[in-house]
Amino acid sequence: MPLPSREFAAARVLAPSGRLDHDNCEAFRGELAAHVDACARAGKAIVLDLSGLEYVSSAGLRCFMLAAKQAKAQGGRVLLAAMQPVVREIFQISRFDLVFELFHTVDEALASSA
Amino acid sequence: MRVRFWGTRGSIPVALTSADIRDKLAQALFAASGRRFASVGEAHAFALEQLPFALTHTFGGHSPCVELSTGSDEYFVCDMGSGARPFGAHVLARQGGRAATVNVFMSHVHWDHIMGFPFFGPAYVAGTRIVIHGCHDAVEHAFRLQQQPPCFPVGFEELAARVEFVRLAPGTAREVSGLRVTPLKQHHSGDSYGYRFESGGKVVVYSTDSEHKLEDRAETGRFVALFRGADLVVFDAMYSLAEAISVKADWGHSSNIVGVELCQLARVKHLVLFHHEPANSDAQIERVFNETRRFEELTRGESPALRITAAYDGLEIEL
Repeated sequence: MPLPSREFAAARVLAPSGRLDHDNCEAFRGELAAHVDACARAGKAIVLDLSGLEYVSSAGLRCFMLAAKQAKAQGGRVLLAAMQPVVREIFQISRFDLVFELFHTVDEALASSA
Repeated sequence: MRVRFWGTRGSIPVALTSADIRDKLAQALFAASGRRFASVGEAHAFALEQLPFALTHTFGGHSPCVELSTGSDEYFVCDMGSGARPFGAHVLARQGGRAATVNVFMSHVHWDHIMGFPFFGPAYVAGTRIVIHGCHDAVEHAFRLQQQPPCFPVGFEELAARVEFVRLAPGTAREVSGLRVTPLKQHHSGDSYGYRFESGGKVVVYSTDSEHKLEDRAETGRFVALFRGADLVVFDAMYSLAEAISVKADWGHSSNIVGVELCQLARVKHLVLFHHEPANSDAQIERVFNETRRFEELTRGESPALRITAAYDGLEIEL
């Protein structure tokens, strides 16, 4: 899964797209971990722009959980924004909406990270 | 094959409180405001058809005990949680004085899975044969231990029934009085074992007290093989996925989400959510049930629908 990024003053925006499941989650997890590490060192938050994410399985959700744990340990933040309705529903059913800071838009997440 | 659920709660039995019942009654009366019922039967019909399940029923309180009825004269049951007490009453009533043979399959010997045995009526009937199958070394030790003083007044050796212990090997199928059973080792403190049961062309899987490590694809493959094409899978759905992989990681239990995903991969027909969290109310369990059905809809794709049921004490499913 490609993981394009954009730099802002207080945050790095990452935009995974397509499906995140058992087949591609390990590669995504490794790439995300490197971004979390770099941003924590730079004092920046990670904003995940999920507008292009169509589906996330339990294995994919675990990647978000690991990123959040890593960020917390390193003094960073991971914010999730712009979920499609299906992905938002999966977050609610799995109770991941209680774990993460969720924002309707990337701009709202960036404002929160500033 | 018929599956009867005598105990469906996880970890410890749970009883409805008087406040719970008063609240259900008040909500039902409010929902029936302005209606007239000519008979109790009409009121029953209204309750069943118009009110939420969580209002008219309870998901129940006994700890795990699930009977498989194959049409044989012998009995087959998974685990001896507190649901073994009503199961034992059922056996005694059905036998009408005739001695029974009861085949037990133990997922593991944590207390919630053995606590019903000292109250299992047939154990006190001479001529009864109880064959307890399991994969752990400590099955017999655990059953004897819980009936030692000062924990219980009747010692194991005082039981009138003939109790035998049979060791099963994980991954090796075995015929038990016409029922083919294959155990699989599961991730749980001290290990637990799931079972695939096959009889008369029907397949039932009992997989409780089992944590699934999402990063372990080989493990996923083993469970998909265990579940493959099953008519019914009884699955440990104690926690939400977020709990199961964060604050309750390594507590040895799973989630509704992983249950649906494994059943979809294995083309299972019917998933039963089991081992309910004791802290959850009936309304919370019904919410989880409805959300699980929605998750299945969201993720079904082109596959046939997976039927989903939330287990409750007294549930019977004919296959």
